[in-house]
Amino acid sequence: MTLPVFEPWNDPEAKPLIEFQNVTKRFGDFTAIDDLTIGIYEREFFALLGPSGCGKTTLMRMLAGFETPTEGKIFLSGQDIAPVPPNKRAVNMMFQSYALFPHLSIWDNIAFGLKREGQSKAEIETRVSDMLRLTRLEKFARRKPHQISGGQRQRVALARSLAKAPKLLLLDEPLGALDKKLRQDTQFELMDIQEKTGTTFVIVTHDQEEAMTVASRVAVMDNGKIIQVATPADIYEAPNSTYVADFIGDVNLIEGTVKPTGDATYALHWREGAEPLTVKTATGFSDGQTAHLAIRPEKVTISAERPDGADNAVEGKVLDIAYLGNISTYHVELPSGVVIKAQTANTRRISRRAFTWEDTVWLSWTATAGVLLAD
Amino acid sequence: MNRMSWFNTVSLSLGFAFLYIPMVILVIFSFNESKLVTVWAGFSTKWYGELMQNEAFLNAAWVTIKVAVFSSTIATVLGTMAAYVMVRGGRFFGRTLFSGMIYAPLVMPEVITGLSLLLLFIGIGLDRGVLTIVLAHTTFSMCYVSVVVSSRLVTFDRSLEEAALDLGCSPAEAFRLVTLPIIAPAVISGWLLAFTLSLDDLVIASFTSGPAATTLPIKIFSAVRLGVSPEINALSTIMIAIVTVGVITTSLVTKHQMVRQKRDEQEAART
Amino acid sequence: MRRFALISIPYLWLLALFLVPFAIVLKISLSDVALARPPYMPQFDWATGLWAFLSELDFENFVWLTQDDLYWKAYLSSLQIAFFSTLLTLLAGYPIAYGMARAPEEWRATLMMLVILPFWTSFLIRVYAWMGILSNEGFLNQALLWLGVINEPLTILNTNTAVYIGVVYTYLPFMILPIYAALERMDDSLIEAAEDLGCSRLSAFWLVTVPLSKSGIVAGCFLVFIPTLGEFVIPSLLGGSDTLMIGKVLWEEFFSNRDWPVASAVAVVLLLLLIVPIVLFQRNQQKQQEAEQ
Repeated sequence: MTLPVFEPWNDPEAKPLIEFQNVTKRFGDFTAIDDLTIGIYEREFFALLGPSGCGKTTLMRMLAGFETPTEGKIFLSGQDIAPVPPNKRAVNMMFQSYALFPHLSIWDNIAFGLKREGQSKAEIETRVSDMLRLTRLEKFARRKPHQISGGQRQRVALARSLAKAPKLLLLDEPLGALDKKLRQDTQFELMDIQEKTGTTFVIVTHDQEEAMTVASRVAVMDNGKIIQVATPADIYEAPNSTYVADFIGDVNLIEGTVKPTGDATYALHWREGAEPLTVKTATGFSDGQTAHLAIRPEKVTISAERPDGADNAVEGKVLDIAYLGNISTYHVELPSGVVIKAQTANTRRISRRAFTWEDTVWLSWTATAGVLLAD
Repeated sequence: MNRMSWFNTVSLSLGFAFLYIPMVILVIFSFNESKLVTVWAGFSTKWYGELMQNEAFLNAAWVTIKVAVFSSTIATVLGTMAAYVMVRGGRFFGRTLFSGMIYAPLVMPEVITGLSLLLLFIGIGLDRGVLTIVLAHTTFSMCYVSVVVSSRLVTFDRSLEEAALDLGCSPAEAFRLVTLPIIAPAVISGWLLAFTLSLDDLVIASFTSGPAATTLPIKIFSAVRLGVSPEINALSTIMIAIVTVGVITTSLVTKHQMVRQKRDEQEAART
Repeated sequence: MRRFALISIPYLWLLALFLVPFAIVLKISLSDVALARPPYMPQFDWATGLWAFLSELDFENFVWLTQDDLYWKAYLSSLQIAFFSTLLTLLAGYPIAYGMARAPEEWRATLMMLVILPFWTSFLIRVYAWMGILSNEGFLNQALLWLGVINEPLTILNTNTAVYIGVVYTYLPFMILPIYAALERMDDSLIEAAEDLGCSRLSAFWLVTVPLSKSGIVAGCFLVFIPTLGEFVIPSLLGGSDTLMIGKVLWEEFFSNRDWPVASAVAVVLLLLLIVPIVLFQRNQQKQQEAEQ
């Protein structure tokens, strides 16, 4: 059985639900969003990922209507939303602080938006109890926000913003206030609810793990620009820049100059006197161009002897071992002083560990393990 | 810690004795039989009886309460508006002047405020009476209200208002349904402060009142100038009693709410 | 439109009832006294135009203030009384604030209420309470005679001493509250750290507690100093005929002498005197706010 693939961004026929066209937002001299163009499709779970101050929150607030673009246009279902005030938009937002009204009960919080729409009492009753069931909050309907726990408050905020069945739900760091264990459970809950309701979700987060877990596509932002938009797997395996490679997960970056050696194969000369590294990539590089090889630690194999037939192998000394329980990261110093990280899964008990500090080891990886990135 | 303890005990006892003994003496001697306020001649409540029959005092009390209710209510509306403008208004023409006018009356000597308002009322030919006192009291107490309310608004989580807008409220609805209920305690304490300031005020009322409207402080002041009198003691005792009951009730209610809030939060964390 | 109304209503109110009256005071202070009603000249008249109006203004009243030594003596004595009573209030208020901040936590709310309670009580009544205590046959003299400290009653009421007592008494809560707020915020472990590093209790107090409560001390001092400078009720009830305070002079100039231009000039000078402490106070508050953020 093959599941239908959800990839509207690869479909030239699909029209995006939201379109940013050359949007720029300035606050005085500060440019928060810099000439940004992007499309987000219906039913997508879209993550905006970046460090604080990269413009991701501004982008979201423009969608909600709390900021207006300085230049450019934003379309929702093909309609320019610039003149629409926040209270007239088919967009709802879940706030980072949850922004639950402290003077209203959970039930009244969820019903708040429905009452503004002027729905009938019965309709509101049904919708609120649906929402309470969806978020498993039936027991707490009569309580006030300060009488429930942080995780429950988060669910109330979600229920309240979903109650009006918006075309688009914006989530501003929705799990930021929860502790790690609860956050992981809630991530799956969020994905579940998104699938059930079929609402388009745009989530803002600085937590790359969270973005990778929940999103269908991730946009990595920096300084008001989108650096890369791709599926989580592509972002991780095929970053388009050293910035993205470095921002997502752990990575070794080796700088050198490129020399083509054949069909999509290049030699990276990275240290005077050291053996050049072999890299296979579809991207074209010219002779003598400087580039970085980005390689994930878990794709580097560590061994006592030089492995036979490896595309790349270097020798070094174990400098540090970070034991994380399920995995260990070895920091290996090469004779040139460069430190390369290699990760192994701890399939054996720690006492049976093969390598220890000061051991001389070999690191090896295949020609396709890393990504060659132009500067 | 022990050595500081006796020092603290002594300084607190002396301090509170200093603050309260004068008022206690005042209260005790309001029940004195004798006209001489400084010599005890036996218990009596006759001064309260005389006070109740003193038309002039009762009239003045009525005027004072009317003035206080009107001025504090208008001041609360204006002061809340001013606070909202100060905290949320963004930039507008003459903002610095506006904030200056909000803060200046707080430090302005009462004699100057009173004098300047009187000159204005004469200048525009407004007869002095209840209206002029209400105008004067509203003006200076709205500044106190706006300071109290704006200090609450500053800590107000703005995303609550944004959430209301997001859920379909117009800005006015957001204020009425979300902001106002949440800042209500500050608005109420602003009103209480304005009310008390108006009840207390002697100087500004003296400048802005006419022969038709005399407030209680003006009456007390002119009586007291002639010396101590047991009737004034009785009046003071009534006023002190009202304030004491009011302040103790409010603080008990606040304490009770805080305890309940804390208990709720602890229970919520456990579920 | 709605925003415009929101801004303009309080704005216009303050313009009409705060700024305009003030401009009138300034104008009248530059006018001549006249035996008319209202008793001053010139009055602004659109017909004669602005220039004619301006040309009649003069600084005569201000010159008068410098020539009659009553006025500058009153200013000096107001400053003196305000300064010393602020100092006395600080000396009385600091130990109380300190004691409150060091008291067991469950008492603090009650102590706080006890400090605030007099603040809600009528100012006039609190001043009046001292009249019965300080008079010749008052409770203080009775107590001192009984204790044998003195042989004949002391004259305290209607002297500057009584004014000092009245100011300290009525403004004490204004001193205690900001100092208490500053001390309560202070981390107890700072004192322990100072002692751990070799301070005695007393030197820890001087080197750590006092500097950290400085903002509270400064705020409290201004909160006492500024209103005392223009005080009217206390000098007129507790002070004597020789107690000169500028608020009282202004009152008498206005109500007894009916010399409005001079009363206005007195007000203008009083305000000029107040500008320096008000600006300093504002700066202290701002610094404190920035430190909190």
